[in-house]
Amino acid sequence: MRIQRNVARWLVVLGVLHAIVACAGFFAPYDPAEQDRKSPYLPPMRLHVVDGQGQFHARPFVYAFRLREGTFDQYEEDAGQSYPLTFFVSGAGYRLLGFLPCRLHLFGAEDSRVYLLGTDGYGRDQWSRLLFGGQVSLLAGLLGAGITLSLGLSMGAAAGYYGGWRDDLLMRVAELFLALPWLYLLFGVRAFLPLAVRPLAAFFLIVAVIGAAGWARPARLVRAVVLSAKERDFVRAARGFGATDAYVLRRHILPEAGSVLLTQAAILVPQYVLAEMTLSFLGLGVPEPVASWGNLLSSLQQYSVLVSYWWMYLPALAMVPFFLGYLGLASSLQERGPAYKIERRGLGSLT
Amino acid sequence: MMRYFLRRLAHAFLLIFGVSILAFLFTTLAPGNYFDEMRLNPQIAPETVAALRAQYQLDRPLPERYASWVNSLIHGEMGFSFAYNSPVAPLLLARARNTLLLTVTATVLAWGIALPLGVWSAERLGRFPDRMITWGTAALLVIPDLALALGLLVLAVRTGWFPTGGMASVDFENFSFLHKLQDLGLHTVLPILALVLSALPLLVRHVRAAVAEVLGAPFLLAAQGHGISGRTLLYRYALPAAANPLISLLGFSIGALLSGSLLIEVVMSWPGLGPFLLEAILARDLYVVIGGVLFSTIFLVAGNFLADVLLYWADPRIRTESGSR
Repeated sequence: MRIQRNVARWLVVLGVLHAIVACAGFFAPYDPAEQDRKSPYLPPMRLHVVDGQGQFHARPFVYAFRLREGTFDQYEEDAGQSYPLTFFVSGAGYRLLGFLPCRLHLFGAEDSRVYLLGTDGYGRDQWSRLLFGGQVSLLAGLLGAGITLSLGLSMGAAAGYYGGWRDDLLMRVAELFLALPWLYLLFGVRAFLPLAVRPLAAFFLIVAVIGAAGWARPARLVRAVVLSAKERDFVRAARGFGATDAYVLRRHILPEAGSVLLTQAAILVPQYVLAEMTLSFLGLGVPEPVASWGNLLSSLQQYSVLVSYWWMYLPALAMVPFFLGYLGLASSLQERGPAYKIERRGLGSLT
Repeated sequence: MMRYFLRRLAHAFLLIFGVSILAFLFTTLAPGNYFDEMRLNPQIAPETVAALRAQYQLDRPLPERYASWVNSLIHGEMGFSFAYNSPVAPLLLARARNTLLLTVTATVLAWGIALPLGVWSAERLGRFPDRMITWGTAALLVIPDLALALGLLVLAVRTGWFPTGGMASVDFENFSFLHKLQDLGLHTVLPILALVLSALPLLVRHVRAAVAEVLGAPFLLAAQGHGISGRTLLYRYALPAAANPLISLLGFSIGALLSGSLLIEVVMSWPGLGPFLLEAILARDLYVVIGGVLFSTIFLVAGNFLADVLLYWADPRIRTESGSR
């Protein structure tokens, strides 16, 4: 019971995190591609509740920034001008959950812009880009894991159930895929696909690459489950009654693989989100101007950005709560059932 | 015994051979090749491009290309790099050496730290040190590699403690031998730290789990009853009994470190296989990509072979199994 509750708790945490990212338009004050050319590389604005005279304000406010004399990229807070935050304001249009046209934003400020995480070189709001980028990265991870698991399920089931030469062939090919370090495999597959494509095509391309490259490990796990389930008495009985292969697989064997697949999903999704981040970071994934967690960080490859604009690093930490959620989910799933033993041998998330 | 090793060795070679075929199959997916960009240039005649394609045999069918590649492999070339206008193998070897320097050091360090830490944690199961280690590894586990590497880089830039990129200082050639060694050491700190920190938590957790599983065994109780205790009990009796899953983990950890090293090399501009491969992908330098991928496979397969050898040495069950067959 306690373990079931743990699983539920982690699912709730993950649900909340994903909901925030899914409703990025509402939590982000601006459009992710909107440029504020007058303030590139603006540092994160601090929210104040106490003003210069020591007076307390219930409504948080930000100070205006102005250029420091004689520089072109150094800003300082101008305590003379303060802009109180306003909540539930109407602003840039967006589509809630991808289809509902909407203009409502959680917060904003009149006569000024609020940059909670600062701005990038084009003056785009990093906080908004972080949220919208999360949509791209998380969707890539979820879709990729979906592809991997369905590939792994069908390959593993075919290999385990039919046995013989099909089993040999599939498992030898799986061995080839596992003989490559994971990231090299990803690079190798990515290398022979088109490089300069539009963002949407690039997105589906890397989802397909990530999803297809990882099929071998879940396939092996599913095969092991199918092999042991195949010999159970109730399966033999069903076959004796003349049940077709498809029926036996669907009704009796694959449900056994459910817990293995669920645990694999909890391990694969963060791994794939990270894979998308890595590819986009290196310029092989989703291109600008679309934001993703990977290409948000790619400006850090320039030494000047690394030295002068530390807040460009902040989006890297966005992944941490999601990793925590998935890690917690995976470990409480592993505690739950006999899947643990198989998992240990499979060493799910290692490579 | 020889038969066991020979079988594993043959298996390793077959794997590498298979991966090379797989890599060539993937090249047929490629929408273009290195010379395609020339077609956009009006000053280059289409005949020239076609001639270049023919010269590098890019217009031949796949089996023929593969055969000529194997031929060049036998001559120690591994194909021809279009971008560098030179055989691939010497180019790759120089980079592979640097990658090996990183991954081997990181593997040794990570295991050297993980073993005592995991054993210590298993010994104090549920008590304060164990809980600290569990929390610490959990904290490291939730930080993605990319964030870790970039974070270290930001830290290094802001504190100035370590050089932030490359493998050597600008005037490296003029240094004395000791100074060279020191310079190299200083440059390796950051990438190796990133690699070790990303590999460590999983290793510690697995060591802890494996040793904790063994610690309850009756034979250890018997050993304790005979007056064996402390470090001898843990390292001489418990650890070898727990070694089997850990040695399989060694192979996996080498794969993970190779992957991690690819990313960290690019982030910290370490002149290894990673940046070289990335550059080759962007330039569509076909044979360099195949070579780079193949090199990583060779490293991983070699690591797994090493694990097999260790397993043979550590686990008597495997010895009798292979002997009876």
